[in-house]
Amino acid sequence: MAHISLPEEYPGIRGPMMFRPETARPLNELVEVLLRHDHSLTRGERELIATYVSARNDCTYCQTIHGAVAAHHLGGNEELVESVKCDVENAAISEKMKALLAIAGKVQISGKLVTTEDVEKARAQGATDLEIHDTVLIAAMFCLCNRYVDGLATWAPEDPDFYRKRAELIATQGYTQSTIAALA
Amino acid sequence: MRELAEILLRGPSSLPSGEREMIATFVSTRNDCYFCQTSHRAAAAHHLNKNYELVDAVRFDYQNAPVSNKLKALLAIADKVQESGRNVTAEDVAHARKEGATDLEIHDTVLIAAAFCMFNRYVDGLATFTPTDQKLYDEMGEQLAHVGYGKSKPAVDTATVTAR
Repeated sequence: MAHISLPEEYPGIRGPMMFRPETARPLNELVEVLLRHDHSLTRGERELIATYVSARNDCTYCQTIHGAVAAHHLGGNEELVESVKCDVENAAISEKMKALLAIAGKVQISGKLVTTEDVEKARAQGATDLEIHDTVLIAAMFCLCNRYVDGLATWAPEDPDFYRKRAELIATQGYTQSTIAALA
Repeated sequence: MRELAEILLRGPSSLPSGEREMIATFVSTRNDCYFCQTSHRAAAAHHLNKNYELVDAVRFDYQNAPVSNKLKALLAIADKVQESGRNVTAEDVAHARKEGATDLEIHDTVLIAAAFCMFNRYVDGLATFTPTDQKLYDEMGEQLAHVGYGKSKPAVDTATVTAR
């Protein structure tokens, strides 16, 4: 049971977002820009960063839903998402992505851990300043979302199909629209 | 992000802005983020008749700070969230309720703490330029407290933000 009275039909972050629509709006807008707007990193890659950080924060709802959205963008490749979560060094992703995930992993613990060497390594693999910036902000943003979801003890569905279906909706409508639809 | 800060720290709430800024300052102190803890310390103080002493008491030893038991219970929740949302227990929440906290106050405490876990990581993860002049932070705090986040120009936005 959630720590406060949230609308029960909405799992994960959607419960507190329904509870407090004023704060839901800027949060959804930020996640929409970070994960979906035009970018040199693909939507799948950015969702992988979100999933990786959420897994490290042990947030069941966030890692499962963003893992499902990532897989959706990556042609349904759920194995790739699992490998990034569990064994990033040997995952079938680019060296640039590995360098960005290394930065995200540091940010997950503390922003202070990111070193000049981490950033230089990402640059050497072709990462731009904007890609490095967005990696840091996606990782930081999910340190927010994960704490929000777990700090209020929201519930998470167990059925993987729930997340696959929701991922399809998010991939089609985006974060802002799928929330507005729920609020209507 | 400024809009989120504006709603959480200055929007209509049964928690005074001074108390909400103290939660932000406390979490930023725990995350060791110099820019955030110093600017929000000043913002909190400007909501509290420039009582920097009270803000510092909350930053370093909130259990013995001269604040309400309700705020102490909310700071205890923020303290848990700073580490992990999973650490917040039903007992922490029941304790805050017993001291008079509402569901909205508990919600906002969790979200303020979570939001500063984002802001702190954003600021430090990019090694942003950090001023050390305390007078500048005092002015920034005055502006954040009385003008707000939408219209003000915090140094982090005007400084040249370059990744290391």
